[in-house]
Amino acid sequence: MSEESNSSTPPMGPTGPSAAEAREQMLDIYPKKTLRKRSKQILVNETPSTPAEIGANSRTVPGIITQRGCSYAGCKGVVIGPIYDVLHITHGPIGCGWYSWLSRRNMNKIRKEGETNYLQYSMSTDMQEDHIVFGGEKQLEQAIQEAYDEFKPKAISVYATCPVGLIGDDIHSVCRKMKEKLGINVFGFSCEGYKGVSQSAGHHIANNGVFKHMIGLDDTPVDFKYKINILGEYNIGGDAWEIDRIFALCGIKIIGTLSGGVSYDDITNCHMADLNVVMCHRSINYMAEMMETKFGIPWFKVNFIGIEGTKKSLRKIAQYFGDKALIDKVEEVIAKEMSEVRPVLEDVTTRTQGKTAALFVGGSRAHHYQDLFNDMGMQVIAAGYEFAHRDDYEGRDVLPSIKVDADSRNIEELKIEADPERYNASHAERKKSLEEAGFTFEDYEGMMRQMAKDTLVIDDISHHELEKLIELYKPNVIGSGVKDKYVIEKMGVPCKQLHSYDYGGPYAGFKGAINFYKEIDRMTSSKVWQLTRAPWHEAGDAPATETAEVPVGA
Amino acid sequence: MLEGTTAEIRERKALRVNPAKTCQPIGAMYAALGINKCMPHSHGSQGCCAYHRSHLTRHYKEPIVATTSSFTEGASVFGGLANLKTALSNIFTIYQPDIVAVHTTCLSEVIGDDIPTIIKKSKVEGIIPEGKIVIHANTPSFVGSHVTGFANQCEAFVKYLAESSEETKNVMNLFPGWVEPADMRELKRLASLVGVEFIMAPDTSDVLDSAMDGKYEMYPDGGTTVADLKAMGDSFLTLALGPLASTPAATTLEKKCNVPHKVLELPIGVSATDAYIDALRLAGDTSVPKELERERGRLIDMISDMSQYLHKKKVAIFGDPDHITSMVSFLVEIGMEPAIIVTGTPGKKWEAKIKEICKPVNEDVVVHAFSDIHYLHQWVKANPVDLLMGNTYGKFVAKSENLPFVRFGFPILDRVGHRAFPTLGYTGAMRLIEKITDAFFDKRDREDADQDIELVL
Repeated sequence: MSEESNSSTPPMGPTGPSAAEAREQMLDIYPKKTLRKRSKQILVNETPSTPAEIGANSRTVPGIITQRGCSYAGCKGVVIGPIYDVLHITHGPIGCGWYSWLSRRNMNKIRKEGETNYLQYSMSTDMQEDHIVFGGEKQLEQAIQEAYDEFKPKAISVYATCPVGLIGDDIHSVCRKMKEKLGINVFGFSCEGYKGVSQSAGHHIANNGVFKHMIGLDDTPVDFKYKINILGEYNIGGDAWEIDRIFALCGIKIIGTLSGGVSYDDITNCHMADLNVVMCHRSINYMAEMMETKFGIPWFKVNFIGIEGTKKSLRKIAQYFGDKALIDKVEEVIAKEMSEVRPVLEDVTTRTQGKTAALFVGGSRAHHYQDLFNDMGMQVIAAGYEFAHRDDYEGRDVLPSIKVDADSRNIEELKIEADPERYNASHAERKKSLEEAGFTFEDYEGMMRQMAKDTLVIDDISHHELEKLIELYKPNVIGSGVKDKYVIEKMGVPCKQLHSYDYGGPYAGFKGAINFYKEIDRMTSSKVWQLTRAPWHEAGDAPATETAEVPVGA
Repeated sequence: MLEGTTAEIRERKALRVNPAKTCQPIGAMYAALGINKCMPHSHGSQGCCAYHRSHLTRHYKEPIVATTSSFTEGASVFGGLANLKTALSNIFTIYQPDIVAVHTTCLSEVIGDDIPTIIKKSKVEGIIPEGKIVIHANTPSFVGSHVTGFANQCEAFVKYLAESSEETKNVMNLFPGWVEPADMRELKRLASLVGVEFIMAPDTSDVLDSAMDGKYEMYPDGGTTVADLKAMGDSFLTLALGPLASTPAATTLEKKCNVPHKVLELPIGVSATDAYIDALRLAGDTSVPKELERERGRLIDMISDMSQYLHKKKVAIFGDPDHITSMVSFLVEIGMEPAIIVTGTPGKKWEAKIKEICKPVNEDVVVHAFSDIHYLHQWVKANPVDLLMGNTYGKFVAKSENLPFVRFGFPILDRVGHRAFPTLGYTGAMRLIEKITDAFFDKRDREDADQDIELVL
């Protein structure tokens, strides 16, 4: 939704105070220092085409009930964890390995007989007090040996948790030693939970590790005319499989989806692609940049959430290759898929038109899912990320002006150079000529440009702010995470978990859009909220069904 | 499903595979949620708090509210004093609890943050408002398990809050152990039926199974009040249910306020529930009401009716020590045969105790503490069993081995019943029998040849 396309309804929905007033009310309760901090993270989107500066990727205020998790969760839980044929070992006390065991829905299936899907396993060094006192390196070394003896994996990755960094275990030297001894790839990630300010630090650490230890290991040519990688797609609820389906119809080969439904072998070979397209900019832009520098593979941002985004992304990829046959094929696929989407959308929109939504999630989903709500004629009145940076809000053009603070400086920036033999100059030439014709690469406009004027943008929303928002506006649906879900629903507002999809999905691509429309239709039309009041609480003798107050969602 | 698991068991000294436990802080968080107007606070990286809140939310499908000190690398180097002080200031201003229950994490334990000193400083500096309370429990993740974390938090309630006015009241203390809100409600119902006046702490009923009425309350109208926690020092007796979860609190209360205590197993099954009822009756000098006798009788009736389907059926079971102890006793009571029993929590004595319980039916029972689900799975591959019992993670083993599976323990992330119905007490035992026989019958109905399908069972 751009400024120009504003409908006649006010941006914050049919009722409620102005966004500026709401912001004041959210901040009102905070002690001085917290107020100063939070006021930079809550903005009214006054000038969407030139977004104001937001205080993103800054420290969480201690004591604030936050959605955020840690670096380990971003590294093991999100980026590396989904690689099914790598054996993952968490080095630390038992909790971290336990909580990251199958709790994210990065779905996978084994490719061939004899393989093991290690995601069903939680492996850990289960550190005890004596390891903390005397060091845990020996324990780790032995754990790697035992894992190898028992499972014979093709690769083992190791993740450091908070105490590991503090006691000074050198996981990387243990990994190097075991790599040599066992003759398989063994590598570690120093993703201790205290690093950075959120999961985001873990994404960066993960990107560095994948780049150093996996990318470029297998130069086997991929014999396919159009071959790409999808970066930042984690196959939640089968999203990547829906994207695979669409690309197969178009005749485009996906070598690697980093990292959803992906194998170790795919990743080691994915530098053979002609193009990287980026779904979740926040979690994987590092990889796109490093691969371009080293191998010359250009990248641009895509979005397969929502039909408009999906169509636009497919067309852009076809235009990148510039082959008329491919361009025509893509149009044919879009036309066919849309014939299935259209009747569902038309039906659903009769009920969803004009309803409101708010989205507080992740580092890209709060943006991407606005497209799906817009498809249904719904208004997104407020949105924000959990762990994104300024560029995800304001667009990549602000990158040069982002100050690197102490928390970010501690995360390694790899120095990458062009590979003397494998840098593909023809990709770079193609990119150059396309750019001259107006084609954009390395592009991300950010969330705020797409949101309506005078909507609320809230980074790392706190429990208090969320409660206030619901109290003031009662959106018809909120997209958020598991920790907020039942808070929101107790207030009579349905909540769609956009990390886990409430165990549904897929929501990407065309079939995913259909699933999402039906699901939001169900949620915003649900009768359950009308049952919250018993008939005897209603005045008079009329039956409850006729007089019940309907809080929201109706 | 679990393709890499084979029947060949190798000795593992360093690698935990598919754990049967998690870490201490989540237990402390769960216990603190059972105190009225209490904010659990995780002193460490925010990831711990996020993981614990998410996990408890998935288990209860309820709001789980807790705060964190949100350590960064700087705090990890220089100590968490500033973070905790800032956190307390924000918590009391914004969320206005009566009490904050701080628990530590591996991070704050390794750097050696001295929480009592930080609390004292915060009091002196006025960060903790007049009349508000901050308590703490040490819950390093590299010691014990989630159950000992729960125990430590319960002990902290007593350490910080219980008071003795030297006047003993005709009130009994109940430490319920780590059980579900519905179980806590059942414990209270049973105690009331027997006619005993009691204080139970913690009490998560009406907190973690609160009603949906269109309003959100950060502190629902449930949980043990601070006044009741204080008054525990004047009770005439403490019943501590579940030795691992409740003994530290009970013994500390005895030392501090001279309240004698009695430790009982969790009232799961016939004899463990009998022991609870009998202890209530004797302590309260009351008699067991007819209603309760009839409840018990209905359970015995059901055991008798279903006995042919339970007799000598081999069971593999994993979970937390207190739960397992009582459940294994119940399995023995109803004629089943525990074959392999595993917990992730360390405890050699517990192993011996379980073997003793199983002796009448299976002298060769395999029992391991500080073990894991992977070990149990490997053993089962070589030694077939009839039934698997354990938390949700067992479903992968059950699918892999095509075993009837009864979910029992913590966490249950994929079913709804544990939130609504107790497994404690006589009615809880009936529910367990229903679940066990349903698991057997469902498998038979699904897999039996047409000519073998029975209408009546």
